[in-house]
Amino acid sequence: MNKLIAAAVFGLSMGVCGLAFAEPVKIGMITTTSGGGAGLGVDVRDAFQLAVKQSGNKDIEVIVEDDAQKPELAVQLADKMVQSDHVDLMTGIIWSNLAMAVVPAVTAQDIIYLSPNAGPSPLAGAQCNKNYFNVAYQNDNFHEAMGQYDNDNYKKTFILAPNYPAGKDALTGFKRYYKGELAGEVYTQLGQTDYAAEIAQIRASGADSVFFFLPGGMGIAFTKQYVQSGVNTPLTGPAFSFSQDVLPAIGDAALGVKNSASWSPDLDNAENKAFVEAFKAEFKRIPSVYAAQSYDTANLILSALAKASVKDKDAFRAALKAADFKSVRGKFKFNTNQHPIQDIYIREVVKAEDGALTNKIVSTAFTDHGDAYAEQCKM
Amino acid sequence: MRGRETIIGIALMALLLVVPAVASQAGEPFYVTLATRIAILALAATGLNIALGLGGLVSFGHAAFFGVGGYVAGILAAHAMSMEPILLGIPGTKQMLVIWLVALAAGGLLALAIGAISLRTTGVYFIMITLAFAQMVYYFAVSWPAYGGEDGLPILLRNQFPGVNTLKPLPFFLICYVLLAAGLAFFALLRGSRFGAALQASRQNDTRLAAVGIAPYRVRLAAFVISGAITALAGALFADLNRFVSPSMLSWQMSGELIVLIILGGVGRLSGPVVGAIVYVVLEYVLGGITERWQLFLGLVLLVVVLFARGGLIGLVAGRARHG
Amino acid sequence: MQLALVIEQLLNGLQLGVMLFLMAAGLTLIFGVMGLINLAHGSLYMVGAFACAAVAAWTGSFWLGLVASLAAAAAAGAVVELLVVRRLYGRDHLDQVLATFALILVFSEGTRWLFGSFPLYLDIPPLLSGAVSLPGGSQYPLYRLAIIGVGILVAVGLYLLISRTRLGMRIRAGESDREMIAALGVDVATLYTLVFALGAALAGLAGAMVGAIQSVQVGMGEPVLILAFVVIVIGGIGSIRGALVGALLVGVVDTLGRFLLPQLFGLFMAPSQAGLVGGALASMLIYVVMALILAFRPRGLFAGEV
Repeated sequence: MNKLIAAAVFGLSMGVCGLAFAEPVKIGMITTTSGGGAGLGVDVRDAFQLAVKQSGNKDIEVIVEDDAQKPELAVQLADKMVQSDHVDLMTGIIWSNLAMAVVPAVTAQDIIYLSPNAGPSPLAGAQCNKNYFNVAYQNDNFHEAMGQYDNDNYKKTFILAPNYPAGKDALTGFKRYYKGELAGEVYTQLGQTDYAAEIAQIRASGADSVFFFLPGGMGIAFTKQYVQSGVNTPLTGPAFSFSQDVLPAIGDAALGVKNSASWSPDLDNAENKAFVEAFKAEFKRIPSVYAAQSYDTANLILSALAKASVKDKDAFRAALKAADFKSVRGKFKFNTNQHPIQDIYIREVVKAEDGALTNKIVSTAFTDHGDAYAEQCKM
Repeated sequence: MRGRETIIGIALMALLLVVPAVASQAGEPFYVTLATRIAILALAATGLNIALGLGGLVSFGHAAFFGVGGYVAGILAAHAMSMEPILLGIPGTKQMLVIWLVALAAGGLLALAIGAISLRTTGVYFIMITLAFAQMVYYFAVSWPAYGGEDGLPILLRNQFPGVNTLKPLPFFLICYVLLAAGLAFFALLRGSRFGAALQASRQNDTRLAAVGIAPYRVRLAAFVISGAITALAGALFADLNRFVSPSMLSWQMSGELIVLIILGGVGRLSGPVVGAIVYVVLEYVLGGITERWQLFLGLVLLVVVLFARGGLIGLVAGRARHG
Repeated sequence: MQLALVIEQLLNGLQLGVMLFLMAAGLTLIFGVMGLINLAHGSLYMVGAFACAAVAAWTGSFWLGLVASLAAAAAAGAVVELLVVRRLYGRDHLDQVLATFALILVFSEGTRWLFGSFPLYLDIPPLLSGAVSLPGGSQYPLYRLAIIGVGILVAVGLYLLISRTRLGMRIRAGESDREMIAALGVDVATLYTLVFALGAALAGLAGAMVGAIQSVQVGMGEPVLILAFVVIVIGGIGSIRGALVGALLVGVVDTLGRFLLPQLFGLFMAPSQAGLVGGALASMLIYVVMALILAFRPRGLFAGEV
C-alpha cells in the first residue's frame, strides 16, 4: 500500500517536474484569414487556439499567418516559419493546392506537418511522407460516402463539380462507390457563380438525385438557384457545401439536404459535447467541421507532447501516430499512410430549437473507413 | 536629377546584395529568401518596364509570360524527374541554363502571338485585350489536367546550375541577383540605343516616326516580345524559388502586382522596378506581421503613393523628370 | 435535344447578359464621360449586395434592401469620386489602374472588417419566388425573368435619360468636348460626381439582385468586373448601345458555350473526358470571341457612339 502511494507521489512529482521544465514548443499555422475563403481559416485558427487554451499549457506558442489563399504567399510564409521562426511543427492549411505547394517542401526539411483540412491524393499515395500527418480526411472520403449513400438510395444520379483537380477527385471518389446509371456528368468553371445552364440540364436529364461538390461561394450560389428554379430532385453532396460556415448564407434552401462528413455538431460523445459548448461560449457560433478537425489536430499534438519531446523527431512521430487522444469524432486512428481511419456519417440539414440551421446525423455510411491510396504509400 | 537617381539605384542594388549576405552569416536565411523574391519580382517588372515604361504599352496581361516561364521550369523539371519525354522524344531537364533559354523562347513566342493581335489596338483597348489573353492562358492552365491544373506543379528539388549549390538560399539568391543586374544593364543599353529611341518616340508621336521610315507597329511588337521574354525568365526563377508553380502566377492580380511594382518605383526609370519590388515585398511582410488586415493598409499606402507621389517613390526623392 | 431546353438556356444567357449590362453601363459611361478606367467597379457591386443583405436581414424586407443597395452604392461611389477619383481624371490610364486596384484592396478588407469573414444570407422576395411555365412545357424561375425585366427597364431608362433630358445632354456634351461644357457654364465637377454615382448605383443594383441568387461574400465583384470589361471592349468603350449588345453577346455565348461544347465533344469522346475538354474550352470562349472581334474591329463594335 505504501509502495503504491509512494509510486503515485513519485509519478505525480514527475508529472509536476515535467510541467515545470517543459520545453517551449513553437507551432506555425498558415491559414486563410482574409479574402473570400476566410471563414474556414478563422474556424481552424479559433478551434486550435481554444484547444491550446483549454490545455493550460503555457509553453505552446502558436504563430498564425494569413496566406490570403495564394500558394506563392503560403510558400513564402512556410520558408519564414522554418528558417526564421524555427517552428517545431506546422499546420493550418485549408486548400489542397496550397497544401501541395507547402507540404512537400516543409516535410523535406524534416518539419512535421499536420493537416487540419486538405487531403490531396498524391500526399496520401506515392508522395506520402513520415513527417506528414493528415488529421482531417483524404479528399475522396466524403465523396465516397455520398457515393455509397446514393448507390443505396437512387438509380440515376446527376453529378457535377468544378473543373480542377479536387473536383475531378470528388467525382472519381463518388463513382468509386456509386454503381448506378449517371444521368449526367458536368464540370463547371472554377469560381462560377451562375448555374442556370447546369440546372436546366439537370431538369432535362430525368435524374432522380443530384450529387455536387462546389465548395465555398459556388455551393451557396448553386443551392439557392437550384431551390429557386423549382426543380425538386433531391440534392446530395459532401459537407463542404453544408457546413456551419455557409449554412446561414444558404438559408432554408438547405433544409433537408443530405451531406456526408466525419463529424457533426450532434455527434454523441462527451468530448464533442464539451467542444461544441466551449466553442459556442467562446465565439458565439456553432463550430464547423473544419473547427472540429482543427480542434482534434491540436489535441493530437497535445497528446504527443505529453509522451515525447518535440525535439526527438522519431519518438514524437511515434507518439503522434499512436493517436492517443480523445477525438471529438469518437474513434480515430491512423492508417499506414498516416491518414485517418474513421467513421463517415450521412447528415441532414435541420433547424435547431433556436431557429439556426445545423446538421443532424441520420446514418453511418462507412465504419473505420481508410482511403484508396494507402497501398501506393511506401513508408 | 538623373544623377541622384543613379546614385539611389546603385545604393539600393548594393543594399540588396549586402542584406542577404549579412542575414546568411547571422543564421537568418529567411531574409535571403525575401531578398531573392525581391530580385525576381524586380526582374519581372524590368521586363514589363520595357513595354510599359519605354513603349507606353500598358500590358495588363504580363502574368501570362511570368506564368509561362514558371511552367517551363516546372514542366521540364517534372519530365526530368519522371524520365518521360515531353514530345517526340525530347527529354526534360533540371539544368537552369537550358530552362532559362526555353523560358525566354516560350515567353517571346507567346508575346509575339499576343502582341501581333493586341498591338492593333491602343489605349484602354490594349489594356483590356492583354488582360483577356492572360485570362485565356489562366483558364487553360486551371483546367488542363496534365500538369496539375489548379493544384499546380511541385518542383521537388530546385533545378541545378553548374558549379553552384542551388539548394542553399544564398547561392540561389546570387544567381537571381546577377540575372537582375544583367536585366537592368540590358534595359539601360536598350534605352540608349537607336531602337530604344524609336520605341520612346513611338510612345509620343506615331506619325513622326512613320515619317522617318520606321514602322511603329514593328518597333512596338519587338519591344513587346523582348518584354515578355524577360518576364518569362523571371517566372522560371520564381518557380525555382518556390519549388512550385501554379495558375495563380497567371492570374490577373499578378499582372496588377507587376504594374504596381513599376508605378510604385517610377515608370520608365531604370531603378523603378527595384525600388518598387523592395517597397512592395517589405510592406507586405511588415504589414502582414502587424495586422490581419494588411491588405487594407497596403491599399491605403498605394493610394497615397499614386495620388501624392507622382513619378513614383524615386520621383519623390530624385525629382519628377521622365514620367508623363 | 429538346427545344424547351434550348429556350431555357437562351433565357439564361439573356439574364446573364442583362446583369452584365448593368455593370457595363456604369463602367462605359464613366469611361466615356470622364475617361477613367475604374477597376473598383466590382467593389461597388459588392457594396450593393452587402447593403441589401444587411438591410434585408434587419428589416425582413428585400425591397427595402434593394433601395438600400442603390443608396449605399451611390453614396460609396460619390465618396470615392470626391476623395480619390477626382484627382485622377487628368492622369494617364496607368495611375488610374493602380489607384483603383488599391481601392479594391481597401473595399474588400474594409467590407470584411464590417461584416466578418462569413458569407451573408440574402434570399429572393416571396413575391418573385417560384417558377412560371414556358412554351414547350418547361419551368423557368420568375425571379430570373424579373431580372431580365429590370435590365430592359434600365436600358430604356438610360436611353431616355441620355437622349431626352438636360442631364443627358450634358453627359453627351461631356463625352465629345470637355472644355466646351465648362465654357457653357455647366458645373463639371458636380456632373462628374453625379455620373460616377449613377454608374455606382447601377453596379449596386446588379450586386443586390444577383446577391439574392448567388453568394454575398467578399471578392464577389472581381469575376463580374472582368466580364464587364470584356463586354465594354467588345461593344466599344463609351458606348451604351455597345455595352448592351456586348453584354447580351457575352451572356448568350458564355451560357450556350458551357451547355453546347461538352455535348459537341461528347459526339466523339467519352462523356467525362468531353465534359473536361468542353468545359475548359467554354471557360476560354468569351475571351476568344473578344480577341476575334478586336482583331477585326480594334475599337469594338460601336466605337464612338453613345
